[in-house]
Amino acid sequence: MLNKHSKIEKNSILMLVCVVIAISVGGLIEIVPLFRVETTIEPIKGIRPYTPLELAGQDIYIREGCYGCHSQQIRPLRDEVERYGHYSLAAESMYDHPFQWGSKRTGPDLARVGGKYSDDWHVGHMINPQEFVPESIMPSYSAMESRDANLVDIGAHLATLKLVGVPYTDSMIENAYDDAMTQAQEGNSESESALFERYGKNINIRNFDGKKGVVSELDAIIAYLQVLGTMANLKDYDPDILIKETSPE
Amino acid sequence: MNKSLAVPEYNDEIVKKFTVASVFWAIIGFCAGLYIALQMAFPGLNFEPYFTFGRLRPLHTSAVIFAFGGNVLFATSYFVVQRTCRTRIWGSRLANFTFWGYQVFIVMAALGYVFGVTQGKEYAEPEWYADLWLTIVWVVYLIVYLMTLTKREEPHIYVANWFFLAFIVTVAVLHLVNGISVPVSLTSFKSYPLWGGVQNAMIQWWYGHNAVGFFLTAGFLGIMYYFVPKRANRPVYSYRLSILHFWSLIFIYIWAGPHHLHYTALPDWAQTLGMTFSIILWMPSWGGMINGLMTLSGAWHKLREDPVLKFMIVSLAFYGMSTFEGPVMAIKEVNALSHYTDWTIGHVHSGALGWVAFISFGAIYHLVPKLWKRKELYSLKLVNAHLWIATIGIVFYISAMWIAGVMQGLMWRSYDSLGYLEYSFVETVMAMHPYYIIRALGGVLFLIGALIMVYNLWKTVATNDDKAQFVS
Amino acid sequence: MIQDDKDKHIDEFSGIETTGHEWDGIKELNNPSPRWWVWLFIVTIVWAIGYWYVYPAWPTFSGDGFRGGTQGRINWTQYKQLEESQNEILSRRAENLEQFQKNSIEDVMKHPQLFAFAVAGGKSAFKENCAGCHGSGAAGARGYPNLNDDDWLWGGSIENIYLTIKYGIRTDNPKTRASTMPSFKGMQEEDLKQIAAYVMSLSKGWRYTAEGKTKYEQMCLFCHGQDGVGNPSLGAANISDSIWLHVEDSNPGIVSQIENPKHGVMPAWEGRLDDATIKQLAIYVHSLGGGE
Ligand code: HEC
Ligand code: HEC
Ligand code: HEC
Ligand code: HEM
Ligand code: HEM
Ligand SMILES: [Ca+2]
Ligand SMILES: [Ca+2]
Ligand SMILES: [Cu+2]
Repeated sequence: MLNKHSKIEKNSILMLVCVVIAISVGGLIEIVPLFRVETTIEPIKGIRPYTPLELAGQDIYIREGCYGCHSQQIRPLRDEVERYGHYSLAAESMYDHPFQWGSKRTGPDLARVGGKYSDDWHVGHMINPQEFVPESIMPSYSAMESRDANLVDIGAHLATLKLVGVPYTDSMIENAYDDAMTQAQEGNSESESALFERYGKNINIRNFDGKKGVVSELDAIIAYLQVLGTMANLKDYDPDILIKETSPE
Repeated sequence: MNKSLAVPEYNDEIVKKFTVASVFWAIIGFCAGLYIALQMAFPGLNFEPYFTFGRLRPLHTSAVIFAFGGNVLFATSYFVVQRTCRTRIWGSRLANFTFWGYQVFIVMAALGYVFGVTQGKEYAEPEWYADLWLTIVWVVYLIVYLMTLTKREEPHIYVANWFFLAFIVTVAVLHLVNGISVPVSLTSFKSYPLWGGVQNAMIQWWYGHNAVGFFLTAGFLGIMYYFVPKRANRPVYSYRLSILHFWSLIFIYIWAGPHHLHYTALPDWAQTLGMTFSIILWMPSWGGMINGLMTLSGAWHKLREDPVLKFMIVSLAFYGMSTFEGPVMAIKEVNALSHYTDWTIGHVHSGALGWVAFISFGAIYHLVPKLWKRKELYSLKLVNAHLWIATIGIVFYISAMWIAGVMQGLMWRSYDSLGYLEYSFVETVMAMHPYYIIRALGGVLFLIGALIMVYNLWKTVATNDDKAQFVS
Repeated sequence: MIQDDKDKHIDEFSGIETTGHEWDGIKELNNPSPRWWVWLFIVTIVWAIGYWYVYPAWPTFSGDGFRGGTQGRINWTQYKQLEESQNEILSRRAENLEQFQKNSIEDVMKHPQLFAFAVAGGKSAFKENCAGCHGSGAAGARGYPNLNDDDWLWGGSIENIYLTIKYGIRTDNPKTRASTMPSFKGMQEEDLKQIAAYVMSLSKGWRYTAEGKTKYEQMCLFCHGQDGVGNPSLGAANISDSIWLHVEDSNPGIVSQIENPKHGVMPAWEGRLDDATIKQLAIYVHSLGGGE
């Protein structure tokens, strides 16, 4: 063995090749099978791509590094499902580029925060978390109140996500800006039904920040927070559907 | 193959540059760490929009890992590869490019975070343009390193170089695969990663875990394998152990990524692989520690006189500790408690402060007098002071985080006698407060130690009374 | 064994032979790997193989098994583990819970053990879900009502509290209770002032004009009732007790509500919390001291 090794030790290219082989095995075995979607992603109804306004919200979430304090992944542990709700499914984050599971809970998990609070509460909480939760160590994000959400090129964002596999349609991309305005209640009944038509019925159309005439970053981030965990139809979800056996043919 | 052979003129200018940069970024990174530690204790220290915890946290992690750690790795690998190959570095101008290119990358990334430009993937936050730039710099690094190896004057490649080589090439692979993303437009800072959801999670932690394994471990083991025997002036303990633990370490490390995804929506089988390979990884990790510590047999008395060697030995002890703790935390039952809590943060910093930073300090203390051709350091007493103050700082830091983490984990899962959750989340936030203060105190001590080092190095370079003959 | 053994020699201190290589003065000893190290390494590998046999561990080529991986000897999945560990807690609750669900709320109130059980469960759920708005002591904040006092917008009986929690106020839930105070924007400034003065008089006993009273009765009485006592079926606040939810305790405060009425949204917890928990919450909130 030592003799063989001295061959590697004397040839830097050979050593490089051996290293690359050694480090490739594990990665390939663990990663490649995950792209077999039918065994990785649970079949569950209701998951849709984010609306343009929600996506703008997620962009802000990433920009601010909320994931450094908040996880979005409820583990199947009894205290977690009691505190945060149904454990997270792979399907629920399949349109997240990148995924937002997080690795540290300085603040609570947000995977199912949608619907837990009112928009108004979120407005107050984002502007000054300590007002509602005096013990909170979350930073305040009051600047979001007066900043317009970045919607100018939101269609390009959708188009990019389409490139990486999120099923946005051409009409979604084309109407992204209008859809965002409409969701923040800056549209009309016609544009609302168009929005429903494109994304389905399960959409919050509200003036999230309570301010008419502006679509602020608060509008976007709250639209995002309010949809988290609310898409999947979990009522009768049964993990046993994940077992696949060869049918004797 | 003996000492009488001619020693070529090594390129030490490049090593000097990287050494200075590493010390500079160390201070920036530690200050950022201290600042975010204070923000967690006193949230009033958040100044939006640029200086909130969420934006400064990646600044800290990137500054310490990639700026401080990265520059140390460049400096030491260039120093070591020249000497152990008995040849001048290949392509000095390209090496020089790696220096400036790498600093540009760091500044690009850091400015990005403060201004909210980030991909939001831990340890891979820089946006696509910075990623692309880094790819160029890294490939040049690999070429310079490999070419130097191939033109070596020694028949065998020294074990330190195995580790450096594995580190450089694996980081390249990790970076390329994990970093693929599509920019919104060529004039936009923003991009979306190709991978999404659960596949993204797996690839990201394949990357993240092996950033630890190859950047923070393999690379620094390379440092260890040169500087410990050099400083102790003893032969490496076991050649056979080197071979065995090197190959098993790099082969097994790659598999352990899923221990960051226990009990998530990642399929069970992948989690099991992550857990079991983490446990198998225990001995390969300890192989490095054993080889380092046993190298001292016959030189233990040197420890008393040489605080620089002490730094290295303490670092090996911390390395041993965190690579024992790691496999324990990778056990699903333990991880169910530790994941998401400050225990992870404690583990990180026992590895990062105790191992990565300490072995770096040891190497830098050894390098600076050599590079600037001084006989010895300005003051060994100050090195000793640095060692003690920093060690106490680490003890404060990690014990506070262990207690806080375990307490947090227990509080989250605690049920009362009637079967109801005993604590709300916010109550656990309150309970962390005293420990966050102790941690910050530990950070202050660690930073003071580093400032003492800066002073000592400065004096070493500035005091030019006795031009020593440059040997070795 | 080793090729370049020309420079092999015995290390003085340890008595071990070197490998004969040397780099920048660094040599290597030809020690074997420590025995215990090798053995522990083997033990971990053997343990891992055993673990793979018992638990799901390797992806299958065909994609069969649980999520495309081997199933393991004991058919373990993390979701089964969850169920088992939940059963343990449920059984801790079971005895009380069964009685609790069987009994009407009145009976629960009479039964000290069940009452204590309800309060414990309610308190736990309250801290996690409600304290964000109503405060950890349920004392509320501007816009978020105090649940300790006996000023109730929607009624302080347990049944009413239960309905409020389950379906929320002004939510998307089909059974939500909702009402909106109309805006009286455009009203004469003089009238506004006089109504406000009348409203303030109800709690402070200050002077008011007959006109103010008449205007109040024309426009506000329908909801806020005679003398401003409020109407819980409409969620119209009692405005005669100087406990204010939205407004400042002053005439201008009242004026602003008349012109730009503020409304709160209380989320619906149906679907998010189970029915027993909501019942417990209702009992807990009622027990805080302000219940009717
Ligand atoms: C320094 C850590 C930190 C950062 C950064 C942070 N948070 Fe928080 N967050 C907390 C803590 C602690 C709490 C719990 C106390 C509270 O409700 O404020 C919390 C609570 C929340 C809640 C309420 C969750 C619940 O179920 O009660 C939401 C929503 C939230 N944060 C959103 C955000 C968003 C969006 C961002 C980024 C723009 C963010 N947070 C950044 C620490 C943080
Ligand atoms: C998003 C913030 C929010 C949360 C979370 C919340 N509430 Fe409320 N709650 C309100 C608001 C606002 C009102 C007042 C509605 C109105 O103005 O009519 C209210 C009203 C109530 C009332 C009626 C008070 C009255 O005077 O009639 C009760 C009872 C109540 N909440 C209990 C709860 C309980 C129990 C929970 C948790 C399960 C909870 N609330 C969670 C915001 C909240
Ligand atoms: C259609 C019913 C309706 C009418 C008419 C109405 N109100 Fe109200 N009013 C409400 C409701 C409902 C609320 C509570 C809003 C909430 O719960 O958040 C309210 C709240 C208020 C409050 C705030 C109470 C607090 O605690 O902050 C004041 C003051 C008030 N009304 C005064 C008036 C006056 C004066 C008029 C007539 C000019 C009037 N209201 C007409 C339904 C009505
Ligand atoms: C002065 C010394 C330091 C202090 C006070 C400090 C403080 C901190 C704090 C407060 C955090 C955030 C923890 C959280 O989110 O809960 C953190 C994260 C981190 N630090 Fe440090 N740090 C220091 C030095 C270092 C060094 C030298 C390294 C590496 C070489 C390092 C690597 C990291 C890493 C990798 C994380 C992210 C951990 C995770 O996400 O799990 N730190 N540090
Ligand atoms: C045998 C070696 C090791 C193993 C098996 C191991 C295992 C682990 C585990 C299980 C976690 C927690 C994951 C989670 O719950 O989220 C973790 C986190 C971490 N470890 Fe280690 N560890 C090892 C060595 C080290 C060393 C030497 C360092 C050096 C600095 C290190 C740095 C980190 C970092 C930075 C994290 C945080 C990752 C995050 O952001 O969540 N580890 N490790
Ligand atoms: Ca982390
Ligand atoms: Ca708006
Ligand atoms: Cu890891």
